[in-house]
Amino acid sequence: MFFYLPEKHVSTPTFLPDEARRHAVALRINGSDIHIQVSPWVTLLDLLREQLHLTGSKKGCDQGQCGACTVLIDGKRINACLTLAVMQNGRQITTVEGLAQGGALHPLQQAFIEHDAFQCGYCTPGQLCSAVGLILEGEAKTVSQVRELMSGNICRCGAYPQITQAVSEVLGLVPNAGDTDSSVLVGTVPS
Amino acid sequence: MNPFSYVSPASAEDVFAVLGDSAASGTTKLIAGGTNLLDLMKENVMRPQRLIDINGLPYGDIEETAAGGLMLGALARNADTAYHPLIRSNYPLLTAAILAGASPQLRNMATNGGNLLQRTRCYYFYDSAVPCNKREPGTGCSAIGGLNRQHAILGASAQCIATHPSDMCVALAALGATVHVRSSSGSRVIPFADFHRLPANRPEVDTHLSPDELITHVELPDARSLASHSVYLKIRERASYAFALVSVAAALELAPNGSIRQARLALGGVAHKPWRDIAVERRLVGAMPGDRVFDEVAEALLRESHGQGANDFKIPLARRAIVRALGLAVKGTWANTGEVSADEEFV
Repeated sequence: MFFYLPEKHVSTPTFLPDEARRHAVALRINGSDIHIQVSPWVTLLDLLREQLHLTGSKKGCDQGQCGACTVLIDGKRINACLTLAVMQNGRQITTVEGLAQGGALHPLQQAFIEHDAFQCGYCTPGQLCSAVGLILEGEAKTVSQVRELMSGNICRCGAYPQITQAVSEVLGLVPNAGDTDSSVLVGTVPS
Repeated sequence: MNPFSYVSPASAEDVFAVLGDSAASGTTKLIAGGTNLLDLMKENVMRPQRLIDINGLPYGDIEETAAGGLMLGALARNADTAYHPLIRSNYPLLTAAILAGASPQLRNMATNGGNLLQRTRCYYFYDSAVPCNKREPGTGCSAIGGLNRQHAILGASAQCIATHPSDMCVALAALGATVHVRSSSGSRVIPFADFHRLPANRPEVDTHLSPDELITHVELPDARSLASHSVYLKIRERASYAFALVSVAAALELAPNGSIRQARLALGGVAHKPWRDIAVERRLVGAMPGDRVFDEVAEALLRESHGQGANDFKIPLARRAIVRALGLAVKGTWANTGEVSADEEFV
């Protein structure tokens, strides 16, 4: 984790260690049991996207800085890019694909739509999973705490005011109460 | 990432058996939360051939000690530690420091032992295309004479000016924690001040932990007398989720007449390790709190500070942050949980 993004380097595998082998991994992903073989160096994010084709979780920075890959492991939000799939054997994983239940959107998904809490949408799956984790943690009691506890998710379109409003509404917080930030109401243009 | 093999033993004995002779060569690494190691592996900065996943070891608990302190399991997560009821009530400085660091997602993954063992680093360390004595000993330091806004003002060497980025460790230094470690040949306890090292002429070595040793616990001594006056003040480039330019862990115990009975003061973001000077700290004991004595202590703590050009501003910034943190600590305790308070603007 570092705030500075260095250049990417392509590494070409030149050898396979003696014990390098695929590992059997059992995961419960969005309520379905998955049994799969993975190489040790496959991150949970790459397993989800490349092998299981659950492409809702996004690879933004691949370094734990942007939060676009946020998923829930046993109810806790984590960066799927910074853990190995093989390390999560036996865990329950929830991705953005698992939030809606029986065709009904998760209340956070509905709130994001109503508050127009995204523009390009790339960060949205991570924002949603992070907000689910935030609600389960139960530490956000004010809007300013919501803002602080969502800071692991970057939105380059700058939809932060609307994201904060959507999450706060689902938490039942009074919008902008005790808030020193100048509020931006959807549908208005601040001076 | 380069290919590597993976094992996940269930006991420390099994870890040591797997480590065997490969510990010293650095080709085998232990992995817990993985938030720093995997990042470095993706950047080709660290290239282990084998990972030992230690998450199956029984070091995940937080327990009270007979001495009135707490034993933090090395595998307890940073978030679980920060929000633990006994940490919140007895060590608000630690809660404040942990919550000032990283993001909620990273705090859910990162372990206490891993927080201590995250690499002291800078952006040149991450860029394998440029010289770095920490990454490739003997190649030179690109930060000296380069972009060094983030770098050390204390304890640096001609070999390395990187800073240790942990917030948690600054609080642990101030609280006088000890680090419990074990290896196949026994166990030992390392005072926190002796755990991390300054770069000197071996910047590739961040700590005094031997390659064949494993952190099992971090012990906190009883510090309840400091719980009512503690502050972790973090100055950074944005309001959340950034490394400290300068951070200050300050904790005081005040006597009934208002004088300082006990003081703790440590700095982050300024050196290769958390910076604490007990001799300087003692100057506060017995004094009536006030800007004059705080200024004096700040000057003394920074007397050997040295800027690199782009980070010269850190010296006056650190001086003011020390004075401000001590002043805030006199008023009470801030937990950095985002609670709205009259002094909210400082977090």
